[in-house]
Amino acid sequence: MTDKTITFEIDGVEVQAKEGQTIMQAADAVGKYIPRLCAFEGLPAFGSCRLCTVKVNGRFQAACIHPVAEGITVENDTEELLEFRRNIVDMLFVEGNHFCMFCEKSGNCELQAMAYRLGITAPKYPYMFPADRNIDGSHKDVFIDHNRCILCGRCVRASKDLDGKNVFQFVGRGPQKRIAINAQAKLSDTDLDVTDQAVQVCPVGAILTKHVGYATPVGQRKYDHQPIGSDIEANNK
Amino acid sequence: MAKPKIATTSLAGCFGCHMSILDIDERILQLAELVDFDKSPINDIKEFTGEVLVGIVEGGCANEENVRVLQEFRKHCKILISLGDCAISGGLPAMRNTIPLQECLDEAYLNGPSVHNVARRIPNDPEIPLLLDKVYPCHEVVKIDYHLPGCPPPADTIWQALVALLTDKPLDLPYELIKYD
Repeated sequence: MTDKTITFEIDGVEVQAKEGQTIMQAADAVGKYIPRLCAFEGLPAFGSCRLCTVKVNGRFQAACIHPVAEGITVENDTEELLEFRRNIVDMLFVEGNHFCMFCEKSGNCELQAMAYRLGITAPKYPYMFPADRNIDGSHKDVFIDHNRCILCGRCVRASKDLDGKNVFQFVGRGPQKRIAINAQAKLSDTDLDVTDQAVQVCPVGAILTKHVGYATPVGQRKYDHQPIGSDIEANNK
Repeated sequence: MAKPKIATTSLAGCFGCHMSILDIDERILQLAELVDFDKSPINDIKEFTGEVLVGIVEGGCANEENVRVLQEFRKHCKILISLGDCAISGGLPAMRNTIPLQECLDEAYLNGPSVHNVARRIPNDPEIPLLLDKVYPCHEVVKIDYHLPGCPPPADTIWQALVALLTDKPLDLPYELIKYD
């Protein structure tokens, strides 16, 4: 990143950014929230969930990886893009087994919060109810429930880049793609620790800490009253 | 002018959503001024007496009887609402969807640790509705006009939705009234 200032337009508003920033970083800095699930501050951009898709000069781009450039026009909060985002969230819901009603993460879950923010009352696609998702509870402090995994890859990146451990990896392609643990080992066979960043960054209830479930009462959880992204929008100048 | 009618039913649900309907508290008096109840467990009317403006369905479809009742609701109701997570996604009963039906029955009636079944028979009396291969959300069986999520949906969600529909206003629920738990 250099100190050179760039001017571009987002949803008709002219904003300033620093050269080398991504569109998402620049938008965050001026309090414009671009929805995201795989992007996480402190982790390398990944560009997999496509929820942050914006239109740059009329073309679809992922805001988390696309750099700002002088004079570009970015569309973010448009009905067209919101509809695309609703479709993505709908697909994530039907593709896994997301039982919000008993999930420990409910109220603090970014997938659920995104659906709330986008006003989704029911997914428009048929539920798939996959039967091949297992749960690994072998670790004394942490468990992974693949039913709830959305393959955002945050744990993969956090384990590799922040924890220096490589506990989680992707295996398989397309519909077979899933998170594996140290090449098919059990969670208890790894050096994963409950304090690892890889455990903290999961946006859904796939990787959870044991012994602390349902600690926060309904009504006091992160997204009970404030939509996801409100913290960023609070910076809106 | 006759009051519009509403009907409710619980399919593969736990009646928690109906408890949430009752949770509108004293506003039920206002509701009684706005509408008459047709087929509903609340007044125990078993069969439809005619056409109904709003039908409220709790629970998904786990067996053939659920499907029959749901189709009947679609036929009689101008507006059909899926109330709660079970109607919308199958909910807790849909946890069996990842397990083959035969395995579920074997576990429940033959192999479960607390099962005492000397005859080793899985119930199959013709009076018992046949189970479907899996639990289906209502909108995968008939057309559903509105979905009110929640487990159960808050009473305010139900109240605001009903008032909007009965007074012909757009249904626009605030952030805090759309919840999945």
